[in-house]
Amino acid sequence: MAAEKRVVFRSGWLPWALVGPQAAVILVFFFWPAAQTLLQSIQRQDAFGTSTEWVGFANFAQIFSDPSYLASFKTTALFSVLVAVVGIAVSLLLAVFADRVIRAALVYKTLLIWPYAVAPAVAGVLWLFMFAPSVGVVSYALHRAGVDWNHLLNAGDAMTLIVMAAVWNQVSYNFLFFLAGLQSIPKSLIEAAAIDGARPWRRFWTIIFPLLSPTTFFLLVINIIYAFFGTFGIIDAATEGGPGKETAVLVYKLYFDGFKALDLGGSAAQSVVLMAIVIGLTVIQFRFIESKVNY
Amino acid sequence: MKLKSLVSCSLIAFAAFSAPAHAQVEIQWWHAMGGALGEWVNDLAKGFNDSQKEYKVTPTFKGSYPETLTAGIAAFRAGNQPDIIQVFEVGTATMMASKGAIVPVGKVMKDSGLKFDPAAYVPAVAGYYTAPNGQMLSMPFNSSTTIFYYNKDAFKAAGLDPNKPPATWAEVALAAAKLKAAGQKCPFTTSWISWTQLESFSAWHNVEFATKGNGMNGADAKLTFNTPLHVRHIQDLENMAKQGLFVYKGRDNKADVTFPSGECAMITASAGLLGAIKKNAKFDFGVAPLPYYQDIAGAPQNTVIGGASLWVMAGKPADHYKGVASFFNYLSSPEVQSASHKRTGYLPITTAAFKLTEQSGFYKENPGADVAVNQMIRKTTDKSRGIRLGNFLQIRTIIDEELEQVWGGKKGAKEALDEAVKRGNEQLERFQAANKS
Repeated sequence: MAAEKRVVFRSGWLPWALVGPQAAVILVFFFWPAAQTLLQSIQRQDAFGTSTEWVGFANFAQIFSDPSYLASFKTTALFSVLVAVVGIAVSLLLAVFADRVIRAALVYKTLLIWPYAVAPAVAGVLWLFMFAPSVGVVSYALHRAGVDWNHLLNAGDAMTLIVMAAVWNQVSYNFLFFLAGLQSIPKSLIEAAAIDGARPWRRFWTIIFPLLSPTTFFLLVINIIYAFFGTFGIIDAATEGGPGKETAVLVYKLYFDGFKALDLGGSAAQSVVLMAIVIGLTVIQFRFIESKVNY
Repeated sequence: MKLKSLVSCSLIAFAAFSAPAHAQVEIQWWHAMGGALGEWVNDLAKGFNDSQKEYKVTPTFKGSYPETLTAGIAAFRAGNQPDIIQVFEVGTATMMASKGAIVPVGKVMKDSGLKFDPAAYVPAVAGYYTAPNGQMLSMPFNSSTTIFYYNKDAFKAAGLDPNKPPATWAEVALAAAKLKAAGQKCPFTTSWISWTQLESFSAWHNVEFATKGNGMNGADAKLTFNTPLHVRHIQDLENMAKQGLFVYKGRDNKADVTFPSGECAMITASAGLLGAIKKNAKFDFGVAPLPYYQDIAGAPQNTVIGGASLWVMAGKPADHYKGVASFFNYLSSPEVQSASHKRTGYLPITTAAFKLTEQSGFYKENPGADVAVNQMIRKTTDKSRGIRLGNFLQIRTIIDEELEQVWGGKKGAKEALDEAVKRGNEQLERFQAANKS
């Protein structure tokens, strides 16, 4: 290692100048809004901001005394796990198949990337149309098959609908990473296993899947964060959190309270809670799950 | 440096020269009217701009009602607010409480020196936007109310008299049963469930939705929509839902499309839906007053207002307010009002405009167009004058959430209404705490 050449900046200001733009972007677009949120979470303002009152932790006390907020934690956990697990499983399956396609592989791959270009709210509306009770294509077919689909009143149906829409929207992203991961696995390893008599199923679980684990881990983190933050457009378009509050995940409630109901203090307090959860989850994932990942 | 200052000097001179002799004052108007209604708004602004030379009103579409309000609030916080902003009825209490952000319309009109008579406005409409001290706070613009539509062809097919719409809720249930027997999958549905089935329902039966005159007389109101009458009505709807006579079609106005498409044969919805039905329905339809319970004394009273009004924002130069006043004066003239009423189905906001429309024979040619007007142009009581509550958007959503539990069979009517009142009252307390000033 001693032979390694290290580049040293002699100038005192140049490194700072080079880091500067990046640091400025992070400061302005990440730390500044986060600081504002922290500030607002301990204030109570009227909608136009003409009167501001410092209320300490009253906003937090209020949201945690709301049983529907507490119930929303359970909903969020269920939703996030479903979105992450189903999303990763489906895209892994698609990627493995795409990797084996010989003819027209490019067309196949390109088509699979399309859903990512669809905005979440539009994805929500698309799925809503297909599943609209009594007029949607799919719900009509389901009705004929004897399934009475009604996500307006049935909590399970509503959850299924938003999970499908959220997964569909995210599948392309996962797919790209899995495909890249699959292509970087040396063919010689797989061939060697094949010569040793391992069948495709066995080869997948003992060679491919472990070698993909860094990708899978990365996607797990990204998908959980996506389920937590990126899905309110889908929920707003498809279920508005209903029936009751059965699909009102934390970020949807936050969006509703802040942008529709104009309760900035309560919404900011929820943001802080959400921020803490995501930071916590990320730390846990990196400390405990990462140690089981082979790089 | 010298060259630069020379250039800027000549630029200023050029700008001074090219400015018109008498500069027009531009009035910014943010609104939430898309599609055909957006064209109506643009025509109103054009009509005003063509009628005089001093002011120019520029309407800008800002998205849905909540989006427009959010945009206005963000603009105000940044010091870039428009002169006029259209705010839906649910946001009225929010606007009223933001004293530093708005200028009461009564004051704008008085300061302008133009003739302004608050008594010229329809009481049930203007009263809603008037402060307890009698000052008009915002200009009524597109006002509607809740009415009942029914499919005459479906009525005929089910052996019902197409010229005799159900007047009471008992008759609605009977008609729904016959429609269902005749193969109608969705006999009855409703849009805006809180507005039609609880708010208008309360005023229609002359019972309070909330104390303090439904919040009109003070911010410390408490919700009261869990009385035996309310529970009875929601129970009746629940029974209808169980038998497939009432079909829930979602929140807000999601059910609106199910009537003109022919899927649902009866609907309670906004009077503003009339235009869309006229345009899209391929069948003969009828319009009727909201159903009621016969045994309740004082029913039917009047229904409550919906729609939006125009608010004047604070912090603008004085000549802007003069322009706003003369624009409002233009909007309130009987001719403009009557034309708007005929064009959109929204209510006329002055009594003179209603009379003018009547004289023109419009109601004779368009049966049903006067149902909404007749429900509103009545002497109102303290219990029926209107409903004005803080955090009303949240309260309506809470009602949606709780009632969905009833239609889904998870909660009983009483349990759901009690819970909605309890959760709604928490919202009222929170609003009061944030706006005590």
